[in-house]
Amino acid sequence: MLMGLFNDWVVIMLMMIGLYIVIAHGNLIKKIVGLTLFQTSVFIFYISIANVEGGTAPILADDITLYSNPLPHVLILTAIVVGIATTALALSLVVRIKEAYGTIEEEEIQRQDNQTPEVKKEGKQS
Amino acid sequence: MIAHLPILQVVIPLMAAPICLLLKRAQLVWLFSLIVSGLAFLISILLLQQVIASGVISYELGGWSPPWGIEYRIDELNAFLLLIISAISTIVLFAAQVSIEKEIPPNKHTLFYVLYLLSLTGMLGIVATGDAFNIFVFLEISSLSAYALIAMGKDRRALWASYQYLIMGTIGATFMLIGIGLMYQMTGTLNIEDLSQRLPEVAQTRTVFTAFVFIIVGVCLKLALFPLHLWLPNAYAYAPSIVTAFFAATATKVAIYLLIRFTFSVFGLSFSFTTIPLQSLFMALGLVGIVIASISAIYQNNVKHLFAYSSIAQIGYMIVGFSISSVTGLTATLLHLFNHALMKSAIFLALAAVMYRLGNVQLNNLHGLGRQMPLTMAAIVIGGLSLIGIPLTVGFVSKWYLVTALLEQGWWPVAVLILIGSLLAVIYVWRIVEVAYFKAPLANKVPVREAPISFLAPIWLLIIANIYFGIDTRFSVQVAQEAAQTLFGLTP
Repeated sequence: MLMGLFNDWVVIMLMMIGLYIVIAHGNLIKKIVGLTLFQTSVFIFYISIANVEGGTAPILADDITLYSNPLPHVLILTAIVVGIATTALALSLVVRIKEAYGTIEEEEIQRQDNQTPEVKKEGKQS
Repeated sequence: MIAHLPILQVVIPLMAAPICLLLKRAQLVWLFSLIVSGLAFLISILLLQQVIASGVISYELGGWSPPWGIEYRIDELNAFLLLIISAISTIVLFAAQVSIEKEIPPNKHTLFYVLYLLSLTGMLGIVATGDAFNIFVFLEISSLSAYALIAMGKDRRALWASYQYLIMGTIGATFMLIGIGLMYQMTGTLNIEDLSQRLPEVAQTRTVFTAFVFIIVGVCLKLALFPLHLWLPNAYAYAPSIVTAFFAATATKVAIYLLIRFTFSVFGLSFSFTTIPLQSLFMALGLVGIVIASISAIYQNNVKHLFAYSSIAQIGYMIVGFSISSVTGLTATLLHLFNHALMKSAIFLALAAVMYRLGNVQLNNLHGLGRQMPLTMAAIVIGGLSLIGIPLTVGFVSKWYLVTALLEQGWWPVAVLILIGSLLAVIYVWRIVEVAYFKAPLANKVPVREAPISFLAPIWLLIIANIYFGIDTRFSVQVAQEAAQTLFGLTP
């Protein structure tokens, strides 16, 4: 029972570790690390469900009848690209947050936001 | 040509986005985007006509027949949504050129339109496609461009809001991806039509149950259902005004569409509403959302914040209509989808005009603005009346249907809460009216002029639509009703 669902256990552990990092850490880069881990666990899940017991790589050959399912691989290739785009965008946002606030700690950013009165801050920016 | 309309709807804005980069000159790009968006609007009108005349359109991408190939499937619900999105996008774009002049640095103007068109592509794609994985891809196209658009806001808090939205949005989208994967594991298909036929066979398994819960939570993150709404107020308040006007009217609507599509079409009504107590859960969250978000709106001093909270409350109304799970309830939700898009785009465009003249939308800076910018402020007031649900505005029509649907079920306490929500809307709209019309302009402030015509034309077009569709409800009610009946499997 436990070993049969080995892949699911790994996926769920990675997923929870990733999600925990996103929630628990105040450092914006660490949050992105967690988010990437979380996404990757889902990629592994997709890839593992594509496996057909006894099947080979999905390359057409005469004497082989049983192949692994190639579709989830293709899907996850797309999802990986999406994931990279997300990470890149998130990192560039962090760079700009660092330029604007001088910090990448969530608490510090929120402290700065609460400190300055609304109107004054908008005036300063424009 | 006519046969290829479903794919053209999505591909034209997608292809137009990189072309914008080649055109370079911001003015030219604006004109080009406007034409592209207008073309998308035209296509959506043709699609809606075709669906009403001859039923569901199924388009095979690349000639591969479903369920192997990707299918674009347009029924009344899809066509209705496509129409709302492309219409709002076009109208909002009219004002874009002038508005971003003051809010976005000139070297980013071209990129703004690229992102805008990509975001439009994503939303149109989510609605047009009939393939579950395709939905995820388009969702990410629209979300990624949305994060970048929000980060363009001139206030530095726009960056922080965008980052928070990115984290929440990605978790939501990944949840949906897990759900789609689990469904694929059980059925071996990604086509929505095919899924709906195969899922009942395996409906009793825990895997399908898990898939359902993941998808519902993922979609609810995207549609900012209370208590998953925390990303929305700041994202709307600090984004460039044009972006707010576009997203407030369309982004959450697309998420509502996904909720309806997954619960009604993919998992089926009986599964969705019996495996988990979806009805009482959504009813409760919707109502709490209405009350708490409306009360939060009352205490806001930034008017964009105020209307962002009001958006969360309006989402509550749509969710309550959805949770009734009757034809009238769903009609009310779809009507409110249409009507809320009209009100909120008008209000946020008017706020964009205020932003253009004043440089901010703080409530204590709006003193006496009713006399300085009479047409703009009148638009906000009429939009506000529509939010409250005064007769002769669209807001009344959808609330009327919602209350009727509730009374049909005999749930009058809920109907009373809905009316209390409207009263709360009176308070926050009144705060603006009081400041703008009954306070003298501040002595130390330079008086401002009325907004330029490029704002007033789209704003008043939307306001007139607000009133027109509040009086002549034939079009919106008919389409919403037919879409609802199709979802319940009744032939219209």
